[in-house]
Parts: sequence; structure tokens; C-alpha cells
Amino acid sequence: MDGQRVPLYWPRPDVRGKQAGLINLRMSDHKLLPAWREQSLGRRGFLRVSAATAATVALVAAGCTTDPPEPVKVDPFLLTLPTTDAGLFFFAYLLAIAQATVFQKVADTPPTDFTATDRAVFTDLRDHAVINRELLRRIIDPTGAAALLPADFAFSLASLTLTTRAGALAAAQQLADLAAAAYPTVLPLLSPAALLPRTLLLKMSSVHARHAATLRDLRTPGSFAADDAVFTTGLFAGQLRTKTPLETLAVLAPFFAPYVISAGNLPLPV
Amino acid sequence: MDFFKIIDQLSEVDADVLGRFDSRRAVFSSLGTAAKRSAMAATPLFLGALFQKAYAGTTATAVEVLQYALALELFEQDFYKKVQASAQYTAASAADKGAIDQIKKHEDAHAVLLSTAIRGLGATPITGVTFKSAVFATLTTFKTGPAATSQLGIAQLLEDTGVRAYKGRAGELLGTDLLTVALQIHSVEARHAAKIRIMRGQRAWVNPADDLAAHPVYTNGVTAGSNPAQFGLVVPPYDATKPSPREDNTVQSNVPITTGLGTTYTSADAQASFDEILQVAEVLDNSRAGGLIGA
Repeated sequence: MDGQRVPLYWPRPDVRGKQAGLINLRMSDHKLLPAWREQSLGRRGFLRVSAATAATVALVAAGCTTDPPEPVKVDPFLLTLPTTDAGLFFFAYLLAIAQATVFQKVADTPPTDFTATDRAVFTDLRDHAVINRELLRRIIDPTGAAALLPADFAFSLASLTLTTRAGALAAAQQLADLAAAAYPTVLPLLSPAALLPRTLLLKMSSVHARHAATLRDLRTPGSFAADDAVFTTGLFAGQLRTKTPLETLAVLAPFFAPYVISAGNLPLPV
Repeated sequence: MDFFKIIDQLSEVDADVLGRFDSRRAVFSSLGTAAKRSAMAATPLFLGALFQKAYAGTTATAVEVLQYALALELFEQDFYKKVQASAQYTAASAADKGAIDQIKKHEDAHAVLLSTAIRGLGATPITGVTFKSAVFATLTTFKTGPAATSQLGIAQLLEDTGVRAYKGRAGELLGTDLLTVALQIHSVEARHAAKIRIMRGQRAWVNPADDLAAHPVYTNGVTAGSNPAQFGLVVPPYDATKPSPREDNTVQSNVPITTGLGTTYTSADAQASFDEILQVAEVLDNSRAGGLIGA
């Protein structure tokens, strides 16, 4: 576990000025951020790209030349997830931060058109997500001493409408569905040695599914496992539609801007 | 251009590169991509062939786990079939009927998928697992009245047991891509459990206020007799030294959730935040699914 105590970033005193210029960036513009563009492919990503037909030209070029590598400037907004299990726990931790932030906000300031049932559900959702978040943090950093993320790292609520029932349920459902879709792809990536934390994620995964089904049914009665969440025809009928860590991070990216999370070091296949 | 140079450079960034060409993982990745194309999505034979290719030489364990999962899916499928044929279902609201139909449709699909996968692995899928007719006849209401004699009360027990049962054997699939398949089904079962609970006016997650909280399904151990071999499958023997955690467990990864995370959390929240596992012998205990399986 020693490797997991290493924080995800190195605090940089010179970051502040740079960030002040970025803070007003629109949420949809995260892909313009230098950190997003400078994401390292990593060895895993390189392999994936190398498998694609589109990379053939680059491969041919690689076969012809051995250019010396050029030094790469490290972007202070680029947070690269650790390798192996630690990276996967960190990924789950980020998902828990996202959920807890939204559920906390809605539970603290419920929309005026919320029903008593809605309020009770969000109180539970908030408590479950905060427990998940804190326990995952404990697994990543058993002593609780490390600063795992920059002090100003946050899940931004700016683009979400949490003041109406429709808006709050839509946002919450998106995150609950996202977590439910991510866990079935994350669990198989964990190493066999990680029995205890793997069991823990397994125990959380079905609770995420319960959350998602509940929010779906509050929003649209009867949609607890609708066609956009579960394959209904063909090869995978009856199976949950899943998301890989890369796909999941792409959904979360606008909310974590100006920070960019790189999954380049996560185990294959991400 | 030198092909071998490319391979050399690839192996610099990934030492396993040679082993990965046409590895089973690559085969499965292509399956994932293919599944997104609807044109490929209607051929069970294609799936069977891929499983066969991807898992030639896989240990018998994977087959036994899938057979066990299939047995439980057939059991649930038969239960919902009986519900759909009952007068109580006929009298239920359109919304409730729609939910049961949706769940039944998924159970059907799970049975087909697991059967196809088992055939792909060269084994014969188990058949004929049913919910006891005599017990079903005692379920006099759809969702009102005592949980023990209502169809949805039993449905809640079956779904919550199913979620625990998948967890109980997920570890045996680690290292195979079948684990993702099992977890995708497991996650859908959890959605079913949540919906049934909502239809019954309960919270969607395990909690001490639930009207069925004291039912053996939410406890642990072999207490009423169990016949783990009843499907004729090879299953892990009951480990009495390590009974699965009860659902009212509040300690996870050696951390007492209520007091060990800085802030204090209620026992109900600590219980609800995690679904527990069940060993095969516990699932098939006569106080749980074991007492409901039969002709």
C-alpha cells in the first residue's frame, strides 16, 4: 500500500496565476485545456493506438526513425492516476467525490418541488456516497495524512440545474448510472492480491445499481432498468450497458476542469 | 521500414506485446466492439464460437460458476412465469405489470446468455430448475398483506438473494473476462431488487426498517439444512468458519463504518451502503432459496 500514499500531484506555488486565467472557462471547453491536450498516452494507450488502423502511418514512421525523445513540460492541471490497483481505487474515489458533491448539494438545498419521498431518498444517497468516498480515501491513504488532490480540486456544479426536481433528478441519475456502469469494468482489472478492497468495491457496485434504479424510477416511473441502461436485444440482451474508466472519465471531464484526469497508467483494457 | 523494428519498439513500451496478439483478451475486446454493431448482435452461434475460442483450456471452475448462475436465473424465471400466469398479476396495475414483464424479460435473456456461454465452453447447460408450486400457491396477494404470503414479498427475497449469490462466486471468475459478464447481470439483478422494493413501499436498499429485515435471507450461515449439490454441480463446500457477513454488518475492510471514518454515521447508513455476499450453501439453505426450489 505504500505506493498508494503518494499524492496524485505535486503542489506548485506558480499554479495560481495560471489557474486564475482558466477559471472562467466554459464547462464544454475542457478539451481546449492544455492539460487535456498534453495527456500522455502511456504504455497502455500507446498499445491501444498502435492497434488501430489509423495509426499505421505513425507506425511506419516509427519503424524508420529513432528520434531522440524531447523533454515534455509537465502541466500542473494534469492529474495522472497511479498505476495498478491504486489507480483503480483512485478512479472509484473520484466517482464517489462526484456523487457525494451532487447528493450533498441536493440534500442540503432540496428543490422546492421535491416530495417527502425525494428528500428521504437524497438523504440516504448522500450518506451512502459520503461513506463510500471516505472509505475509499482510507484505502488509498490509510493514515489520512496525505493530500490526495489539489486543495482547489472540485466537482463543479455550475453546469447543473439542482434547483428544480427535474434538474436534480437528471443530474443525480446521470452520476448514479455512471457509477453503476463503471464498476463492472473496474472490478476485473483489480489484481487477485487485492482481496479485501476488491470485495469492498463488489459490495458497493450493487448499491450503485440500486441508487440508479431508484433515481430513474423517481424521474420516470418504470425506467429502473430501461433500454438505455440495459441491452434489450441481441447478443448482450439483459446485460447492463457498461462504461470503461476512459469513457467514465470523459463524462466527468467537464466537471473536473480545469483539472484533467489521465487514465494512461491504469491496467488494460481501460 | 522494418517490421521487426516496430515490434521491438512496441515491446519497449509493453513487454507482453508478443503475447497479446490474438490473446483471449483481444478476442473479447473485438467481441465488445462487435456487440455495438447491431448487424452482429443476433447470432448466438457467434457468441458461442467466441467463448470457445477465448476460453479453450479454461478451468472447469468457470463452467461450474456459470451453471450455478444459470440455475438461479432459471429459478427466478420460473417464479416470474408463475406470477404472470396468476390472477393476482392480472388484477395488478398496468405499471406493476409492466415492471414484472421487464424483469421477466431480463431473466429470460440472462438464461439464454448463460446457456449460450456454457455451450460455448463445451458443456451442457442445466435445465429444469423451478419454483415450488405448492409454495407459490400460498402467495395469496400480489403485494399487499404479510410479505411472506405476497408475490412481491418473495420476489424481493429472491432478488436480494440473487445479488448476494453473484457476489459469492464472482471471485472465482477473476482473471477471466467472464467476470464482467457476471457483474453486468449482477448489476441488473440489483436494479430489479430496488424496483421490487419500491413497488412494495420499502427503501430500495437493505435497511433495518425493512419489513423483511429479520428474514434469514439477510442473515448468514447454514441454519435450516442445505443441499449445495442439488443441481448436480461442483460447488465450493460450505466454509462454516467463515460464514458470510450478515446484511446488518457495519464493518467493511476492517473499518467500523459508524465510528471509524471521522464523522459518525448511523448503523442504517452503514448497512445500506454495502450489499453482502452469500456462499453457495447459504444461498441453498432451506431458510432461503433452498426451501423454494423444487417441483
